[in-house]
Amino acid sequence: MSNLEFILPIIWALLIGVAVAMYVVLDGFDLGIGILFPFLRDESERDQAMNSVAPFWDGNETWLVLGGGGLFVAFPMAYAIIMPALYLPVIIMLLALIFRGVAFEFRWVAKPNHHKWDLAFTWGSIVAAFSQGLVLGGLLQEITVVNGQFGGGAFDWFTPFSVMCGISLVVGYALIGATWMIMKNSGELEQHARRMGIRLLFGLLICIAIVSLWTPLQIPRIAERWFTVPNFYLLSQVPLATLILAWLCWRGIRKGRTVVPFAAAVGLFLLALLGLVVSNVPYVVPPTVTLWEAAAHPASQFFLLIGAVILLPMIIGYMVFVFWVFRGKVQPGEGYH
Amino acid sequence: METVAGMDATMLARIQFAFTVSFHIIFPAFTIGLSAWIATLEIMWLRTGIQHYHTLARFWTKIFAVSFAMGVVSGIVLSYQFGTNWSRFSEVVGNTIGPLIGYEVLTAFFLEASFLGVMLFGWNRVPPWLHTLSSVIVAFGTALSGFWILSANSWMHTPAGFGIDENGITYPVSWFEIIFNPSFPYRFAHMMIAAYLTTSLVVLATGARWVRAGRFMDEGATMVRMGLGMVAILAPLQLVVGDLHGLNTLEHQPAKIAAMEAHWDGSKVAPFVIFAWPDEQQERNRYELSVPNVGSLILTHEWEGTFPGLLDFAPEDRPPVVPVFFAFRIMLTCGFIMIGIGLIGTWLWVRKRLLTTEWFLKPVGHAWPLGFIAILAGWMVTEIGRQPWVAYGILRTADAISPVAASTVATSLVMFIIVYGIVFSIGVIYIYRMLRRGPKLVPHEAQALPNRPLSVAQNLGGEQP
Repeated sequence: MSNLEFILPIIWALLIGVAVAMYVVLDGFDLGIGILFPFLRDESERDQAMNSVAPFWDGNETWLVLGGGGLFVAFPMAYAIIMPALYLPVIIMLLALIFRGVAFEFRWVAKPNHHKWDLAFTWGSIVAAFSQGLVLGGLLQEITVVNGQFGGGAFDWFTPFSVMCGISLVVGYALIGATWMIMKNSGELEQHARRMGIRLLFGLLICIAIVSLWTPLQIPRIAERWFTVPNFYLLSQVPLATLILAWLCWRGIRKGRTVVPFAAAVGLFLLALLGLVVSNVPYVVPPTVTLWEAAAHPASQFFLLIGAVILLPMIIGYMVFVFWVFRGKVQPGEGYH
Repeated sequence: METVAGMDATMLARIQFAFTVSFHIIFPAFTIGLSAWIATLEIMWLRTGIQHYHTLARFWTKIFAVSFAMGVVSGIVLSYQFGTNWSRFSEVVGNTIGPLIGYEVLTAFFLEASFLGVMLFGWNRVPPWLHTLSSVIVAFGTALSGFWILSANSWMHTPAGFGIDENGITYPVSWFEIIFNPSFPYRFAHMMIAAYLTTSLVVLATGARWVRAGRFMDEGATMVRMGLGMVAILAPLQLVVGDLHGLNTLEHQPAKIAAMEAHWDGSKVAPFVIFAWPDEQQERNRYELSVPNVGSLILTHEWEGTFPGLLDFAPEDRPPVVPVFFAFRIMLTCGFIMIGIGLIGTWLWVRKRLLTTEWFLKPVGHAWPLGFIAILAGWMVTEIGRQPWVAYGILRTADAISPVAASTVATSLVMFIIVYGIVFSIGVIYIYRMLRRGPKLVPHEAQALPNRPLSVAQNLGGEQP
C-alpha cells in the first residue's frame, strides 16, 4: 500500500465525520424544534419557534447529503453494503424528512387551515430522528456481509438496541432544539424552553447512560477497546467530560444564560460522536470492512479532496455569514410570509 | 427469482427510480428558471426603482420557496437510492461519477441552500443590493447544480476518460474527459434551455390570465412581455440545440435514435414517421403514417442518407421502442406549440395588440404545463432509450441492482407513491392557488423602512399569500 492509499481514506473518514457532526448539530436543532412543536402552547409560540429555524433548515440538511454523498464517493463499497442493509430505516427517514421539509412552506400557505402541516412537521421530525437512531444502532450491531455485499435480511436492523438508539436521538435532538429556543427566542417561549430543557437534559443523560452500558455489553470488541489498560485511563475521561458538560448545560439553563446551554448541548453530542468513533476505528462497516478495504480509487478520493479543501472553508464562511445575518433573538411576527 | 405482481426487484427498482426522478425533475427545472427570473426582476427594480418589479419579485419568491422545498426533499431521496436500490451501480461507477455528485454538493447545493435563507427571510435584515446579490447567487447555484448532475448523467450515456479493473470496477483516467464527456455539452444546453423555457411559459400563462381578468395590470403586462420574449427566443433555439443533441446521440447511441424514429431497416432511407404502433415482436411498424426521406434528412442532413435501424442491433441490446417513440413525439409537439406561441405573440406585440388579443391570451393562459410535459417526455426518451444499459456499454441495468428482495423494493415503492401523491399534489395545488390569487399589493412606505415598526411587521407577518 502506498502512502497515498493509506492516508487518503483516513482524511476522508475524518471529513465524513465532520459532515456527520455538522449535520447532527445543525439539523439537530431544527428537528428538535419539530419534536417539541406540540408542547408549545399557542399559535404565536409555534410561529416564533419555526421562524427561528426557517432560514437555516435547508442549509443544515445539506450536510446529510454531504455525509451520504461523501460515503458514496470515498467509500463506494461501504455505501453499497450499508444502504441495502439499512434500507427501510433510510427510506422511512427520507419520507419523514419530506413531510418535515415541505411543512416549513406549506404551513404558511395553508393558514389558517394549517393544523395538518403542524402534525406533518412534528411527526416528520420525530420519525426522521428516530430512524437516524435506528440507522446508527443497525450500523453498530454488525451488518451481515457475504462476498463484499450485504447478505442479511430486510429487518436485521430492528432490535431493542437500535430502538433504544432511536429514542436517545429523539431526546437528544429535542434538547438541542430547546436550547436553541433559549438562545433565539424571548419572553414566555424562552422561559418555557428553559423548563423543557431541564427535563430533556436529565432524559438525555439517562439515555446516554443506557446506550453507553448496553453497547459494550452487547458488542465484545467495543468492551475490549474501552475496558482494557491502558485505553481505560484515557477513555474514562469521556464520561467525565460528559458529566461536566451536562452540569454546565444545567447551570446555564437555570442561571438565565442564553448561549451556554446550546453550546453545552452541542458539546454533549460531539462527545457521544467521539465515543462512537473510538469504538469503531478503523471499521467503516463494523466489524468486517475497514476504511482501506472500502476506499474508492485514490485518484477519485484525491480529485474530490482538492475541491473539499478549497470549498469547505468557503461553505463554512458563507454559512457563518447567514447565521450572522439572522443573529440575535427572533421578534414575534418576523418572517417573509 | 422472487417477484411481486410479476415484476422482479430490478423492474420494481426501475419503476421506483423513474417515479421519484420524474417527480423531482419538475421542481428543479422550474426553480432553475424561477430563480433567474426573480434575480432579473430584482436587478431591474434596483436599477429603475419601479415598484411593480419589486412586487413581482416578492410574489414569485413565495412560489419559488414552495417549489424549492419540494425540489430539495425529493432530491435527497435520489442520492440515497443509488445505494439502497442500485448498490452494484454505486460500486462499479462510484469512482468516476461519484466525485461529480460530490462537487455538486460542495459547489452548488450548499450555496443555494445557504443564500436561500437570505433570499426568503432577509428582506428586512440586509440592504437591497445584498438581497439582490443573494438572489443572483441562488440562481447561479441552481444552474451550477444542473451542470454537475447533467455531467454525471451524461457520463452514464456516453462514458469517457475511464478504465476498468479486474473486478469490473471503473476508475478515472482523465477527469476532463469524464466531466466533459461527448454528450454533456449538448445535454446541458438542451436541459438548461428547457428549464428557462418552462418557467417562461408559466410566467407568460399567469400574466395572460391576470391581464384577461383585468387584475394586476402592470405586473401582468410585465410578465406577458418578459415571458413571451423568452419563449420567442428560446423555443426556436431549443429546436436547433435539440437537433445537434440528436446528431450526437446518433453518433454515440444509435440504437436510441432508431427507437425514437421507429426505424427498423438501416439499409433503407428513413421516412419521418408521424404516427405508428411499433410492434417489437414482429419488428415492424403497424398503422404507419410517414413522410418519405425526411427522417434521413433530419438525422444525416442528406436526402438519401442512411443510419442504423433497430434490426442492426441484437434484440437484447435494443431499448423499448414504444415508450421512446411516443415520448419523442410528445416532446416535439410541445416544442412546436411553443415556437408557435413565440411567433404569433411576437407578431401581435409588433402590432401592439399583445395585451388585448383575447384569442391569443386565452389559450396561452392554459399553456403553462407545456414545458413540464416536454421535459418529462424528453427524459423518458433519453433514459428509456439508454436501456438495456445503466452505464452505456459498461453495466447493464439488470446487473446494477442491490441484493435486496423484490418485496422490500415493492414496499418502499408503494410508500413513495402514497407520500409523493399526497405531498406533491398538495404542493402543486398551493402553487396554483397562489398564482391565481396574485400578489398582495403592500403600501410603499412599509417596504422602504429598514427597521419597520412592530405593527407593520405583524401586518406583513400575518399576511396571507
